[in-house]
Amino acid sequence: MRAVISVIGKDMVGILAKISAKCAEVNANVVDVTQTILQDMFVMVMMIEISNLSCGFPELVDSLTREGTEMGLSVHVMHEDIFNSMHRI
Amino acid sequence: MINVKDIMETITMIDEENLDIRTITMGISLLDCADGDQKRSCEKIYEKVCRKAEHLVKTGEEIEKTYGIPIINKRISVTPIAMILAASGGNPVEYAKTLEKIARTVGVNFIGGYSALVQKGFAAGDEALIRSIPEALSVTEHMCSSVNVGSTKTGINMDAVRLMGQIVRQSAEMTADRDCIGPAKLVVFCNAPEDNPFMAGAFHGAGEPDCVINVGVSGPGVVRAALAKLGPDHDLTEVADLIKRTAFKITRMGQLVGREASSRLGVPFGIVDLSLAPTPAVGDSVAHILEEMGLQTCGCHGTTAALALLNDAVKKGGVMASSHVGGLSGAFIPVSEDAGMIDAARSGALSIEKLEAMTAVCSVGLDMIVIPGDTSAEVISAIIADEAAIGMVNSKTTAVRVIPAIGKNVGEELEFGGLLGSGPVMRVNTVSPAGFIHRGGRIPAPLQSLKN
Repeated sequence: MRAVISVIGKDMVGILAKISAKCAEVNANVVDVTQTILQDMFVMVMMIEISNLSCGFPELVDSLTREGTEMGLSVHVMHEDIFNSMHRI
Repeated sequence: MINVKDIMETITMIDEENLDIRTITMGISLLDCADGDQKRSCEKIYEKVCRKAEHLVKTGEEIEKTYGIPIINKRISVTPIAMILAASGGNPVEYAKTLEKIARTVGVNFIGGYSALVQKGFAAGDEALIRSIPEALSVTEHMCSSVNVGSTKTGINMDAVRLMGQIVRQSAEMTADRDCIGPAKLVVFCNAPEDNPFMAGAFHGAGEPDCVINVGVSGPGVVRAALAKLGPDHDLTEVADLIKRTAFKITRMGQLVGREASSRLGVPFGIVDLSLAPTPAVGDSVAHILEEMGLQTCGCHGTTAALALLNDAVKKGGVMASSHVGGLSGAFIPVSEDAGMIDAARSGALSIEKLEAMTAVCSVGLDMIVIPGDTSAEVISAIIADEAAIGMVNSKTTAVRVIPAIGKNVGEELEFGGLLGSGPVMRVNTVSPAGFIHRGGRIPAPLQSLKN
């Protein structure tokens, strides 16, 4: 099972480091990362493996969302199935 | 890796365009709870529904968290209570109180099924239940009620239509101190579906399994935003194609959530209701979609055609996205629950007559319309009869949910709050249909019913 972390906002030092540190804390392996600029916004998308999390998925969602708020960024953590079902037939 | 643009599109839909799952509704059969002793019946109902729905709200919240998609309501629908009343007799309101107690115990937003199916006539329990509706709605908060008065197969039960005009009025009178909230939770149907997840008309039909999960999606804001990006230079074929693509995406999400809820709760997955259900929130309006297509204000000439296009495209897009489609499936046009409709009604561009025409091409009917407090029961019955006739002849579900604003007239408003919104009192044609309504009897089933 995998989940997608998306970070949207103003680019700054340490975004990747902070988000991946939080993932490492709960044993979530980072599978892939892409960064891009969409409509003048910095967008980072990170795919993580969540099969062996040391905490519940909802707790990880809360902790990353909180981290995002502290950095003034919008962070979403969502199970990959929502994107697969919406955008793939 | 999933495309970044796709990811951003989904997030924008949820964050900015009000995409959500309107409801996960658990349908629960009460047939095995019917008992000759009413007290015992109520106990069995309370025990069974609380047991089946114990984890419904929690599971819904977990799914919201996992997929990052809001699930606005968790609801329960049950077997029409008139069927249980047929076995037990007694005061029907006791069942209403039981349902209310269940809603409070399990924490759902609504519980539906205080219902009777009388399209051909009244069986044991039916008339008593219908006559108790005003009191039942006045002593409960979360309970919804519905009555099916006609169908394409059976024609229209005009005795029931006459009675329902009185019941709608009484429901408003008994809740006049609470903005007449009673009739906002009462729907009069023709061709009522048995697997509808939407309130106030949800009930669990007799042909349904013991317990089932049905899902209703929303997303007018997403369709409107997509059309806004398309711009005014594209023709209506392109508009229809874009709506289809958008409806597909919205419905796929409903299918995912339904499947997940069904697996987590260990309950079979019933249907996805392919619906565009508005909310009073800005940017979540079906009327605004029609206006985005090029109408100055919803209600002007052209509205019916635009709505027909929208409704058809929503179904075509949604049907491939879901393994089982059911419920009401179509665009909803509840006036008080739709910011664009409210504005159109206030400005006078949208009339009840136009809404009636619109119901011929969309789901469901004259919905959440506030009418003057002095509207007679006969006029309300006649509104119901007209709407039922449209449903009967066109083999579709139609419904009436009008709210007589006791003590108020055109120019004033009622405020229900929450998803039910607020609505201006709309003008009603008061020329008397009383002679027609008092004849009673049945309008025979149309030729369309003879399909065998």
